[in-house]
Amino acid sequence: MPAVSKGDGMRGLAVFISDIRNCKSKEAEIKRINKELANIRSKFKGDKALDGYSKKKYVCKLLFIFLLGHDIDFGHMEAVNLLSSNKYTEKQIGYLFISVLVNSNSELIRLINNAIKNDLASRNPTFMCLALHCIANVGSREMAEAFASEIPRILVAGDTMDSVKQSAALCLLRLYKTSPDLVPMGEWTSRVVHLLNDQHMGVVTAAVSLIACLCKKNPDDFKTCVSLAVSRLSRIVSSASTDLQDYTYYFVPAPWLSVKLLRLLQCYPPPEDAAVKGRLVECLETILNKAQEPPKSKKVQHSNAKNAILFEAISLIIHYDSEPNLLVRACNQLGQFLQHRETNLRYLALESMCTLASSEFSHEAVKTHIETVINALKTERDVSVRQRAADLLYAMCDRTNAKQIVSEMLSYLETADYSIREEIVLKVAILAEKYAVDYSWYVDTILNLIRIAGDYVSEEVWYRVIQIVINRDDVQGYAAKTVFEALQAPACHENMVKVGGYILGEFGNLIAGDPRSSPLVQFNLLHSKFHLCSVSTRALLLSTYIKFINLFPETKGTIQEVLRSDSQIRNADVELQQRAVEYLKLSSIASTDVLATVLEEMPPFPERESSILAKLKKKKGPGAGSELDDGKKDPNSEINGGMEPSASTASTPSPSADLLGLRAAPVATSSAPATAGNLLVDVFSDSPSATTGLVPGAEENFLSSGAAASVSEDPALPIAEADELLNKFVCKNNGVLFENQLLQIGVKSEFRQNLGRMYLFYGNKTSVQFQSFTPTVSYPGDLQSQLNIQTKTVEPLVEGGAQVQQVLNIECLSDFTEAPLINIKFRYGGTLQNLTLKLPITVNKFFQATEMQSQDFFQRWKQLSLPQQEAQKIFKANHAMDSEVTKAKLLGFGSALLEKVDPNPDNYVGAGIIQTKALQVGCLLRLEPNAQAQMYRLTLRTSKESVSKHLCELLSQQF
Amino acid sequence: MIKFFLMVNKQGQTRLSRYYEHMDLRKRTILEAEVIKHCLSRSKEQCSFIEYKDFKLVYRQYAALFIVVGINETENEMAVYELIHNFVEVLDKYFSRVSELDIMFKLDRVHIILDEMVLNGCIVETNKTRILAPLLVLDKMAES
Repeated sequence: MPAVSKGDGMRGLAVFISDIRNCKSKEAEIKRINKELANIRSKFKGDKALDGYSKKKYVCKLLFIFLLGHDIDFGHMEAVNLLSSNKYTEKQIGYLFISVLVNSNSELIRLINNAIKNDLASRNPTFMCLALHCIANVGSREMAEAFASEIPRILVAGDTMDSVKQSAALCLLRLYKTSPDLVPMGEWTSRVVHLLNDQHMGVVTAAVSLIACLCKKNPDDFKTCVSLAVSRLSRIVSSASTDLQDYTYYFVPAPWLSVKLLRLLQCYPPPEDAAVKGRLVECLETILNKAQEPPKSKKVQHSNAKNAILFEAISLIIHYDSEPNLLVRACNQLGQFLQHRETNLRYLALESMCTLASSEFSHEAVKTHIETVINALKTERDVSVRQRAADLLYAMCDRTNAKQIVSEMLSYLETADYSIREEIVLKVAILAEKYAVDYSWYVDTILNLIRIAGDYVSEEVWYRVIQIVINRDDVQGYAAKTVFEALQAPACHENMVKVGGYILGEFGNLIAGDPRSSPLVQFNLLHSKFHLCSVSTRALLLSTYIKFINLFPETKGTIQEVLRSDSQIRNADVELQQRAVEYLKLSSIASTDVLATVLEEMPPFPERESSILAKLKKKKGPGAGSELDDGKKDPNSEINGGMEPSASTASTPSPSADLLGLRAAPVATSSAPATAGNLLVDVFSDSPSATTGLVPGAEENFLSSGAAASVSEDPALPIAEADELLNKFVCKNNGVLFENQLLQIGVKSEFRQNLGRMYLFYGNKTSVQFQSFTPTVSYPGDLQSQLNIQTKTVEPLVEGGAQVQQVLNIECLSDFTEAPLINIKFRYGGTLQNLTLKLPITVNKFFQATEMQSQDFFQRWKQLSLPQQEAQKIFKANHAMDSEVTKAKLLGFGSALLEKVDPNPDNYVGAGIIQTKALQVGCLLRLEPNAQAQMYRLTLRTSKESVSKHLCELLSQQF
Repeated sequence: MIKFFLMVNKQGQTRLSRYYEHMDLRKRTILEAEVIKHCLSRSKEQCSFIEYKDFKLVYRQYAALFIVVGINETENEMAVYELIHNFVEVLDKYFSRVSELDIMFKLDRVHIILDEMVLNGCIVETNKTRILAPLLVLDKMAES
């Protein structure tokens, strides 16, 4: 083999690469690259014609620079010139550059096509291959138009060299993928199929890829490929490993080709012809047998290659799903792999077994491995393997092993990775429901779920347990007793309070006979949790209380007392206040009969598909991110409606919108909750005002500020990019605010408490004087009363190339949402220039960071639980999700970044106080990234509604 | 189908990248950074397949160099895993004990080798002698 020093060493290139390697810093590297780019540019532009060698050298350098991550915007022409060189090395570099750097819509395609045409006609196989590779890599429509008719001819011609055939096959595949209409089926198709018989294995390898693609669209035209593939496979599988010489890899004959043939067969149902089928079954059996034979080599490559074929054979067996014997053998083989010391094999075996579990023939065989799989769930060190194990347990679950699997999953949940907890919760909930013979087991399981992983139990899950308890009267007493016991725990999850409140409100009477759970004890137990709960839970509990008045008249006095207390009847939350007032009135005016009718036991729910199942299906979608977007438009998202007695009484929160745990979509406030139907709907409606009325979009802001500006006799609207420019400064105080050909405006600012000072630097970029230079600050909307800005006047003349400075003193009187405007007028040449921008002063500039402990944080978080105090947004990441950058942005935003507060280390929490002259607004924030979905959820809680919303809006634009 | 083929070192520097579906430069840089982050964070006991966005990553580590291949569900993970090794063996044969330096300084050769093995996202040749044939022609021409 040639040593590196040999060949056509391009010294210049080697020197350049060494230079780059020796660069100590990124800056030095960039400097060196820019120098080189300038050099190459001048060489290409120079009058001296470059010889092929230099062109090749420079094009090679450009390729290298591109690989380092720099954009290359020249040199394409020189690369195209290299194509017509008759030196192979030069031509090759030209083609390489083009296939790496030219995309399919380049204007150069015509020139490239010309060169390709010449090379295809050259009858020189190496040149032909280069040209075909190029088409296969670029594959534009123009190329398809030029060559689609010619390639099939080259592919099937008798005198074409093998290597050219290989390239032609892949080239045709590309053209067929990009422009199927330009590749007409024809006489060549049957000859393509016969390439499977070609004596050259490389040609077969290439042909299989082509046929696998073509046959998907035209299965009938290519049907003959099945028998040909079977016979080819059979010849490979049964041959002694020496027969195939160079295609043998560590004693395994043609492993990649075997895999591809087995994959091709999966495009078709089992062969009908008995002889073909017999031969195929024989092949599959041989492959399974070989797995049991002692290895021909100790090298891991040998067993890997063998296993690649084995896994593909098993896929085919599962695809056919018709040979019980093979299915069981496949299952046993995978069972062995489950205990293999190679993690890769265990992973693949779990994955493969998961599909095997759904076949009726092998389901029982899969089940015998339950202990191993459970063990994998407990002991595997790799979360992706554990995930596969959980999937498999779910797939192999049936009535006989449900209790075992569910209990194992529950115990796994206590230590499970955060990333898969929610999915496990859903799986447990589904299995418990699906295989429940005895519904007390089901109730126990769900309550355990809430106890162990309450935060991951979504609304669907606890809705569902209530539906089931209401529909099955044999379990109601048990459920009441169990929730009552569960609620005795000093700290129980809010979801437990919800389930407990609902169930006791409906069925508390079933356990009221026992003095230990007398009505008053039940009430006191529930009410002891009341103050720690969120608004929606408290609303639910109020409904429970009125139901208690109906169920247990003896509690009426106590409960009316509670409803009458200031903390209920004068509650700042309208929903709670309304409920308290109405329930109090209802209990004192309505007769016992009326009360009994209004608060009658819930009617059974109509049976529908479990909303949890729907949710799991959604979670399992291909890309969680896109799934979320689709979900919102999904017309089927009404399944969750199971909770409402009649689906039409309220708009239904869509379960899919919950993918990230988002609370339900805004629900219309029911205006008259005094009727029974609505009452109960209300119990489940999310606090309505929390999510309604999002902050008006930037667009609206822009319009309104414009309108206000025109009132204050300022004719100019802020420029279109004003909001975008403003956004850049939300998390930083210094930088360039604006720049065009004439003017650059820099900003430097500092803020302390409710005061701030801003320096604006106006730079004249031209060589001509600006005249009558006047910047004016104006206040759109109510801003005048919220913000006070004092400016010093600037000299009206700004010389060419000079910079003038303006100082602004800022005082924040109260919180605000609009940004102040600055209008700049000046004369440049003869024309009046007029420009309006938003000044980068946003309410978060007056943040004072506050450090606090976890305990304090959560206490305050709970205190700010009124719906209007919270603002939340879920949004897609616009930038890479880098934790350092995120931290820097949050600090720049002004709040303190609190470490070790959130139980999930990926989340960020912050706290601070907005300082204004009139008042101080305490703010808490929480940012939860979801790296998989590339999304964030941002929650702001402050003591003032407008501040929550505005901060949420500002901050959500930053990631 | 193979979506991309990357060689990245432990410092996160890309030494070779070949995309079989168009992707713009900015996205490539982000993808390469994320991919190497994923690979580096894994220990030897963990499996060599990572689910990442819409595709699966199959990776192998050779000294300080990672070879990472992005595939969709139509490829066989184990076959791709061995394809990587086969590729490295071909490099080894051509460069006689390949190192990261060879890959940097002789990038065009590495590209030729890869193009002979994988074309348009499909495995096209696995026979070492045939993969190296065009290169030998090339070297012979350069010498004469």
